[in-house]
Amino acid sequence: MRIPISALIGLVLTGTFLFVAIFAQWIAPYPIRDVSGGQWEGPSAQFWLGTDTIGRDILSRLIYGAQITIFVALASSVLAFSLGAFLGFLAAVKGGWIDQVLSRIVDLVMAVPSLIVALVMLSVLPLNLTVLILVMGVLDSTRVFRLSRAVAADIAVMDYVEAAKLRGEKGTWVIFREILPNALSPLVAEFGLRFIFAVLFISTLSFLGLGIQPPLADWGGMVKENKDGLIYGKSAALLPAAAIAALAISVNLVADWILTRTSSLKGGRGG
Amino acid sequence: MHPILKLLVQRIALGLLLLLAVSAVIFLGVEALPGDTAQAILGQQATPEALANLREKMGLNEPPLTRYFQWLGGILTGDLGKALTNGADIAQSIGQRLGNTLFLAGCAAAISVPLAILLGLTAARHAGKWPDKVISGITLTTISLPEFVAAYFVIYIFTQLIPIFQPVAMVFPGMTFWAKLNAVALPVIVLVLVVLAHMMRMTRAAILNVMQSAYIETAELKGLSPMTVIWRHAFPNAIAPVVSVVMLNMAYLVVGVVVVEVVFGYNALGQYLVDHVTKRDLPVVQAVGLIFAAVYIFLNMLADIIGILANPRLRHPK
Repeated sequence: MRIPISALIGLVLTGTFLFVAIFAQWIAPYPIRDVSGGQWEGPSAQFWLGTDTIGRDILSRLIYGAQITIFVALASSVLAFSLGAFLGFLAAVKGGWIDQVLSRIVDLVMAVPSLIVALVMLSVLPLNLTVLILVMGVLDSTRVFRLSRAVAADIAVMDYVEAAKLRGEKGTWVIFREILPNALSPLVAEFGLRFIFAVLFISTLSFLGLGIQPPLADWGGMVKENKDGLIYGKSAALLPAAAIAALAISVNLVADWILTRTSSLKGGRGG
Repeated sequence: MHPILKLLVQRIALGLLLLLAVSAVIFLGVEALPGDTAQAILGQQATPEALANLREKMGLNEPPLTRYFQWLGGILTGDLGKALTNGADIAQSIGQRLGNTLFLAGCAAAISVPLAILLGLTAARHAGKWPDKVISGITLTTISLPEFVAAYFVIYIFTQLIPIFQPVAMVFPGMTFWAKLNAVALPVIVLVLVVLAHMMRMTRAAILNVMQSAYIETAELKGLSPMTVIWRHAFPNAIAPVVSVVMLNMAYLVVGVVVVEVVFGYNALGQYLVDHVTKRDLPVVQAVGLIFAAVYIFLNMLADIIGILANPRLRHPK
């Protein structure tokens, strides 16, 4: 199997980000909250990437930021996937009023931009990690619902599904044992895209001051903390911004590759 | 009734119904979430008596459905209520800011739409060759950036590396048109960057899709130049998808505006919304949220309607 160079770069970068996120506690040279240097220090042997607006080591905060950003994004996309895929399959298998009700609710939620819905919800909900993950996961599950319903609708008319139903298998059995294994490959590529969306979403919320709260740091929040330095030529805010961009681009490259691979696979079989 | 007219009426009715449902979600859905408006205003230390008094005064003891219809009735007559934080009239506060937001979004649209179509045409004309690859590569990068990240790179470039612009965008009522344009230059650049990529890629795909038709091959075999083929034969047939792409991206602009306004401290609707989410000022959030939702739904509806008018096949649903 030949992996194109772009996908290889994407895989390596994504792997590095994951590694840093998992082992943040051991890699980071300074604790996340420690004010260890002066304000806006430039890069030095002591602080590889300099210090931030109140003198904390930027490299350490970037590393811990990777952990929080990736954890929240991963948790919310896993939630979006479990919820969206299950309900999407359910709607496709059961049809009838269940399908109607679920599809109309999804239409309604998708009629308004996710950011606006999230802002309205966050104006009453308490701001903590659980709430953020729930809000993002539930909002994003609508997109997964649409995709998995469409994919499952194609599978639900296959003979083997019909056979399972005639055997008298229950709805959950049909969903998990017949439809899920056959719908997996298009959903995997979609997972990459939903993960990027979640990264951008949580970063934007944190940047607006409505996501992860200080003294914890995620990348969006770090841009917010250090943005005022830009006017004085202190480029600290650009580092977390670049990290967000790098993560998004590398996951995009991997998802692109999976997408072309699975679709060419399908083309080959369908012939 | 004429079939097209019937289809249009149906689509508009659907849009209105959707808007009504969204307003119900924004009002009643938020009611259902945990959280207490009276507590939010008075803070954690409030005595139970003070809370009860305020609830009475604000009519919070009425059933939610009654309050929803009062709220809806108020909106239809232009009365959006008062802000919890400073008691200011919400409709008045929105009035000036809505103009500023539309000015910003309008400038971004005026630049990005022609540019996206031009770039899309160029990329489609040279599909697979270097102009296409360069354009596609750049747009693939900008598509992966959230608005605020793009914004700070643009700020850094245009205020530090090449200092020609101010990092904040202030607009006053008495400013001349040119002064306003100069003030919003940076936020407009950011918004153009963010929507351009989507729009250009979808334009390119729409044109390439049409290029596979038999009549394009005929035109090429007649010996027409590639640009004539694209301009006279492919483009007219790609107008419907391109226009709906443009409309969808204008809807996307509505969201981008919120973040960009916060970045540049631009005094408009998006910043007003974010500000009051932070202050937990529910009436303001509900009113502004509904306006953003309405604009979004309207633009999506417009995209569908133009699609129906431009594509004869859509006029006869099964």
